[in-house]
Amino acid sequence: MDNTQLAAAAAALAPASEIVQGKQFVEISVSPGHLLSTATALKENTETRFDMLVCITGMDWGKELGVVYHLRSTEHNHMVVLKTRVSDRENPEIDSLCPLWPAADFHEREVYDLLGIKFRGHPDLRRLFLDSTWGYPLRKDYKDDINILAR
Amino acid sequence: MEEAVINLPLEEEEYIINMGPQHPSTHGVLRLVVSLRGEMVQNVQPHIGYVHRGIEKMCESLTYPQIIHLTDRMDYLSAHINNEAVSLAVEKALGIEVSDRVKYIRTILSELTRIQSHQLFWATYGMDLGGLTCFFYGLRDRELILDIFEETCGGRMIVSYNCPGGLMNDIHPNFQKRIKEFIKYFRKTLPEYDRLLTGNVIFQERVKGLGTINREDAIAWGLTGPVGRASGFSCDIRKHNPYSAYDKVTFREILYDEGDSLHRYKVRMDEMWESMNILEQLVDNIPEGPYAEKMKPVIKLPEGEYWQSVETARGELGVYIVSDGNKNPFRMKFRSPNFVNLAPLNLLAKGFKIADLVAINGSLDLVIPDIDR
Amino acid sequence: MEFSIYDLTSFTQWIDSSLRASMSPGWAVAIEMIIIGVALLVFFALIGLFLVYAERKVCALMQNRLGPNRVGPGGIFQTVADLVKLLFVELVPIKNADKILFNLAPFIVIIASVMAIGALPLAKGLHAIDLNIGVFYLMAVSSMGVIGVLLAGWASNNKYSLIGAMRSGAQIVSYELSVGLALITMVVLAGTMQLSEMIEAQRWGWFIFKGHVPAVIAFVIYIVAGTAETNRGPFDLAEAESELTAGYHTEYSGIKFALFFLAEYINMFIIAAIATTVFLGGWMPFHVYGWDGLNKVMDFIPPFFWFLGKTFGVVFLMMWLKWTFPRLRIDQLLTLEWKYLLPINIFNLLLMAFLVLVGWHW
Repeated sequence: MDNTQLAAAAAALAPASEIVQGKQFVEISVSPGHLLSTATALKENTETRFDMLVCITGMDWGKELGVVYHLRSTEHNHMVVLKTRVSDRENPEIDSLCPLWPAADFHEREVYDLLGIKFRGHPDLRRLFLDSTWGYPLRKDYKDDINILAR
Repeated sequence: MEEAVINLPLEEEEYIINMGPQHPSTHGVLRLVVSLRGEMVQNVQPHIGYVHRGIEKMCESLTYPQIIHLTDRMDYLSAHINNEAVSLAVEKALGIEVSDRVKYIRTILSELTRIQSHQLFWATYGMDLGGLTCFFYGLRDRELILDIFEETCGGRMIVSYNCPGGLMNDIHPNFQKRIKEFIKYFRKTLPEYDRLLTGNVIFQERVKGLGTINREDAIAWGLTGPVGRASGFSCDIRKHNPYSAYDKVTFREILYDEGDSLHRYKVRMDEMWESMNILEQLVDNIPEGPYAEKMKPVIKLPEGEYWQSVETARGELGVYIVSDGNKNPFRMKFRSPNFVNLAPLNLLAKGFKIADLVAINGSLDLVIPDIDR
Repeated sequence: MEFSIYDLTSFTQWIDSSLRASMSPGWAVAIEMIIIGVALLVFFALIGLFLVYAERKVCALMQNRLGPNRVGPGGIFQTVADLVKLLFVELVPIKNADKILFNLAPFIVIIASVMAIGALPLAKGLHAIDLNIGVFYLMAVSSMGVIGVLLAGWASNNKYSLIGAMRSGAQIVSYELSVGLALITMVVLAGTMQLSEMIEAQRWGWFIFKGHVPAVIAFVIYIVAGTAETNRGPFDLAEAESELTAGYHTEYSGIKFALFFLAEYINMFIIAAIATTVFLGGWMPFHVYGWDGLNKVMDFIPPFFWFLGKTFGVVFLMMWLKWTFPRLRIDQLLTLEWKYLLPINIFNLLLMAFLVLVGWHW
């Protein structure tokens, strides 16, 4: 399916989302509450059939934290971007997509490690690269005068 | 490390051993905490982060040409391809079309990179399983490719040759001649590898049927590269979303069904043959043209999000750039293939013996700096 | 007194008679035992030194590189340098280890090896003790080495050493069977267990040619089983460098580790020497009945060099095997022995017995 068809299908599957055509892919933005249901719908619908989770990227948008999911369908060979934002910077929590795609396991641990976003329902949420004395380095307000040169 | 809590539910007669960060067989600094019952592996937990350099955070304060030099050091065995990924992403964002010459040279260098990475895989896999001679034969042949890299790019492993806009410099006059000599030599030598290791009954018994994963699981876990293709998952980016000169060459995508360690090994051996076919199709036909497009001194990507996938020797490398219009990216994310390929290690190794864990780990062909970034 | 390099009995008789002439028989025997002991230990040490160097050079030959070539001309003093370095290494004491057994283990392995060399005929007349149950004695004595291995693993107070020692022990004991049966097959052909008579019987043809099919099968099985018994070659999982632990000798350092290391090479030499004696004719040159010219040329080379040449040939074969093949896993190793080698061995023994009875051998 090309991008316009995808946009239409996504609008049908996830009415509570905001659908934008980005530079390359259709970008579906949902609120954290609708994330799991939208992802499930995208995966199970036979026309879209996003059976492969390519990448999970944790984002710090400045005021809000967010997560960006790149999904791909191996059957139809199309990709779509699913985005969500959390406004609570102290205790951000999002549903884990591990039940849908086991590939989410390590990716979500990385996002938790580097940005501090907790994932509800993750089988084993521990920090991946760093230990507990580090804060959340990928956040924009992370200060480290020794190691990071501020430009 | 404090947070390295070992969440292993231990039953009776289970004990834990540590294949520590320094171990001859884990191919880099990877710590595997293995819980065993007797000789059987019950649970494997990888602990990573020993080579975490914060590349993604560093990219937020560097310009795009500077980022190229960081990408070399992620999966250092696919250095060219990593550079190519970021260069392609930046060129796509700016809407620049590089000349055919650049595309051909990039493809040739990528295929050479793929061959030398698989040669190293063969060398270290044989060594892990005890056939120490394989290490010397594999590396001896890899030196020929590294000499070609050194002559043209200035570096053997860390090359930084691709850059946004094209190449850093034009190729050396000996480039095509040396590649043709290499192909002639390697076509005769590669059957030797098969005679030494692949056909050996000890090797086959050690490796057959180990760590099997079927196609659905491979897709669900996101396994790409030779690991995915050995399970029947057709994931070659060079075929599905061709970039550079891959749409101008014909080659086969190697797929097997069995998904065990032996077929992950065989995919890589067959890929070496296919890479040589691609090289032969390209090496004599490099068109003339500029080796780089004229770029602005300061590269600023338009606001937006860009994604580029390339096929490294180990799988799909994805580069995700979020730009807010400045000369530094707002966020740069590398979807590294090794990070994803490491995740199902527990699933693959459960129920096998501890000696098999080394074989399975070797067949995944991990490069740890790529996992940790 | 004429000393011939071709028949050293005159030399040994001279030593014996001159000792008996100057002191009482008891003292003479005691002095002779001391002389033989020292001579064997010196031989042992020299062979060990040479074999370590040879292994590194053969390994380098297989791997397309040079090997040690700095220390001394052509690198021949490399082993001496390694030995000196090992002497300087700190002997790390083990907490809670059984000190007596811990220190005893390397010596047991060495003692077993020296006892085996004592029974082998190294040249015509150079035979420490010529037992009439020579083959039986050799098999019995080389089994003693496993005690040292198990002691080392147990006394180290380290669960990984113990696991490694258990695996080694299981491997050695299993392959003893195959080694023994292969040797018994040749005893059936020779009709005697006495080593000097076996060698005499090979004057007009080594047993590997005389006993054609079953002798060749027995030789192959013996080489495979012998390599496995010394924990070498494709059967070295218990001490593999790329696996988890260094096996039963993890906790040993310095001179004690050097003893284990040396014992492995000496055991390889002993396996090769037994193979030479039983299959390839020991110190007997290669004769063909009726070709006197050839026999005279062959006889020109002294027997001691025939023995050494054949033994080092078999040693080279064993080293070649090690550097070519990947390793077998422990369960594959034991499967190989119990499901493949042992039945083939038994069948081969029957075949040899049949051949001897019917007379279809040379």
